[in-house]
Amino acid sequence: MTTEYRVTPGKDLETIDINVNVGPQHPATHGVFRMVLTVDGEQVVDVDPIIGYMHRGAEKLSENCDYRQAIGYQDRTDYLAQFNTELCYVLALEKLAGIEPPERANYIRVILAELNRIASHYMFMGAFGTDIGVFGTAFMYTFRDREIIQDLFEEVTGERMMYAYFRAGGVAWDVPNDFRERCREILGAVRKGIGDIDGLMTDNEVIIARCRGLGPVTPEDAINWGMTGPMLRATGLAHDLRRAEPYCIYDRFEFDIPTGTRGDVYDRYLVRLEEMRQSVRIVEQALEGMPEGPIMAEGLKRTLRLPEGEVYMRNETPRGEYGIYLISKGGDKPYRLKIRSPAFSNLSALRAMSIGSYVADTIITLGSIDIVLCEVDR
Amino acid sequence: MIADNPWLDGLVRMGIIALAMPLAVIILTYVERKISGRMQQRLGPMRVGPYGLFQGLADTIKLLTKEDLRPQTADRWTFELAPFVVVVPVFLAFVTLPFTADLFVRNLGLGLFFIIAVSGVSIVGFVMAGWGSDNKYALLGGARAAAQLISYEIPLVLAVVAVAMIAYTPEAGRGSLNLVEIVDGQGRVPFIVWQPLAFFIFLVAGLAELYRQPFDIPVAESEVVGGPFIEYSGIRWSMFQMAEFVSMVLISVLAALLFLGGWNWPLGNGAGIALQIPLILVKTSFFILLFIWLRFSLPRLRIDQMMQFCWQVLLPFALLQIIINGWVLVYGWPDWTLGVSSGALTLVAGYLTYRAARQAAEEPVSPRLHRVGSVL
Repeated sequence: MTTEYRVTPGKDLETIDINVNVGPQHPATHGVFRMVLTVDGEQVVDVDPIIGYMHRGAEKLSENCDYRQAIGYQDRTDYLAQFNTELCYVLALEKLAGIEPPERANYIRVILAELNRIASHYMFMGAFGTDIGVFGTAFMYTFRDREIIQDLFEEVTGERMMYAYFRAGGVAWDVPNDFRERCREILGAVRKGIGDIDGLMTDNEVIIARCRGLGPVTPEDAINWGMTGPMLRATGLAHDLRRAEPYCIYDRFEFDIPTGTRGDVYDRYLVRLEEMRQSVRIVEQALEGMPEGPIMAEGLKRTLRLPEGEVYMRNETPRGEYGIYLISKGGDKPYRLKIRSPAFSNLSALRAMSIGSYVADTIITLGSIDIVLCEVDR
Repeated sequence: MIADNPWLDGLVRMGIIALAMPLAVIILTYVERKISGRMQQRLGPMRVGPYGLFQGLADTIKLLTKEDLRPQTADRWTFELAPFVVVVPVFLAFVTLPFTADLFVRNLGLGLFFIIAVSGVSIVGFVMAGWGSDNKYALLGGARAAAQLISYEIPLVLAVVAVAMIAYTPEAGRGSLNLVEIVDGQGRVPFIVWQPLAFFIFLVAGLAELYRQPFDIPVAESEVVGGPFIEYSGIRWSMFQMAEFVSMVLISVLAALLFLGGWNWPLGNGAGIALQIPLILVKTSFFILLFIWLRFSLPRLRIDQMMQFCWQVLLPFALLQIIINGWVLVYGWPDWTLGVSSGALTLVAGYLTYRAARQAAEEPVSPRLHRVGSVL
């Protein structure tokens, strides 16, 4: 972020790098992310990412309310994958308390979490399309289908955004009677919607020209940066916590882990597209196997009190490895709660990925990280 | 002749153009919003009037009454005059643009040259807006607009020259810059048949001139947030908007005249004004709809890719087209040789572009991550 006059080799003219502020209010920053680009004409010389506009102290807040109340704060971190973050939190509680949720609750959790993943990736597809210049068309198509999923979540939880539906030991209440049929209906629409997006964007020459070879990352670099999720899988590493470290009941389902080969922006897009298809497969299998029965573990007290100890639980959200590190000193409140944000780690590579590219490329690279600022800033 | 006095006549005709074009803009904004709505599974404007028909009117009133803001640090006169510099040349081009055999302001002998020359002046306005706004997005946008102009303008001019070369009238023989004469030569066969390559070059370069996807680089919403227009509001902003739509009409009419036989093909010369007006309307609408359709389905190219495409594909092929035309004219070969050679070249150009895009996708990228300073 320096402004200095310099003479480009081979030219007599003295030139100046200008700083261009992008965000926090800018159509392409996906929330309140801000970056200061130092540009030499169209070329990006330096990127200075600035985060923190969304900091609410979610970790500290969670320490001041009991375990059940803090579920709501998990919704507010990754607001596009609320079920996934909730799941991570309640799994951490269950792990420390030694509670075993009933079968039906597990299946409901998996179905909702996977549908949530699809909805989140839909959001990515739409925003990515807008970043790259498809004038709203990608956005409207993805939101058509995201809306259907959102409707189901509303029917199940009564909320459109802050669900607070999962509980330590199960789920808050049972799903509606027509849950199975509704899910099947949605899967049909989603499958068609994925095809629409595929047809609109994947084979488009302009998109290939723009995204192929942009911001490539090697697997080694990705590990060094702590990248997870689709960003990591795009580099070719088939690391998915649902498979590597199965939580909940993910070991019962058959699904593939899509990986890329070059780790560039286009691969990230393809990986996410394929992940949506795999999520559809998981939901289908889960719907087949979902049993009747209780939705809450037996013999739980009204207020959850955890024994002294500490636990680290992580799961695979649409953005990568979401982690909860929780220390309990007994009682009904956590002593310390730390959230590991996948988007934060992924975002940290932005500077390295975009230096030397064009201004327009930086916007796409940022879009391909699929950040949720509430989760980055916590 | 509308009036006896030639000056009065010219003024009346120009007045008609000056009144008709804003009306066309209002209609076009409505059409574009409706079509984009259809394409994006929305309804588009529905509130003002039946099916939202008066939405354009309501927006016009809103824009006219909105406060005209100027940033304190802006270069006052550069900022305030920029919209006029953009709008005036676009309207000037209509001075010689014929809609039918006798519906024009003035039929200039060098009409085509005049239109191309005058419409190139608009860029000064864009650069003025980019510079005068004292905004870095606007500056980037203005610089992009200038870079884009020098890339598309040359292939555009060359494509037009190719048509002017083969234009034929019994009195003057080959070669004409008079638009009425050019159209008169297309009574039986439109020039798109003889010059498909020039047609596609004209279409692509025209798209770039209109700043529409995939060439909306100077005004890219997700990058430079409207580019040169970012600081404008109210009437000045709507002047830019009007210039954009009027030049869309200009390019569409020009494409219809040069390549689709204007008011002649397929009715033949001298069909009467009652048939000629609907004919030119249909052809113009075709291009306008094409531009709108492309806008809502294509992503945006990067500025260097756009320049590369214009300089490395469009320009050489446009030159090749001119050379072949010259050859055919000098040796007096029959017209079908023009069509065949140009068609073959079109296929070659298309294939090369396709292969270049695909090859870029297939060739392995060496993964790299810049290791910079203290970050890693």
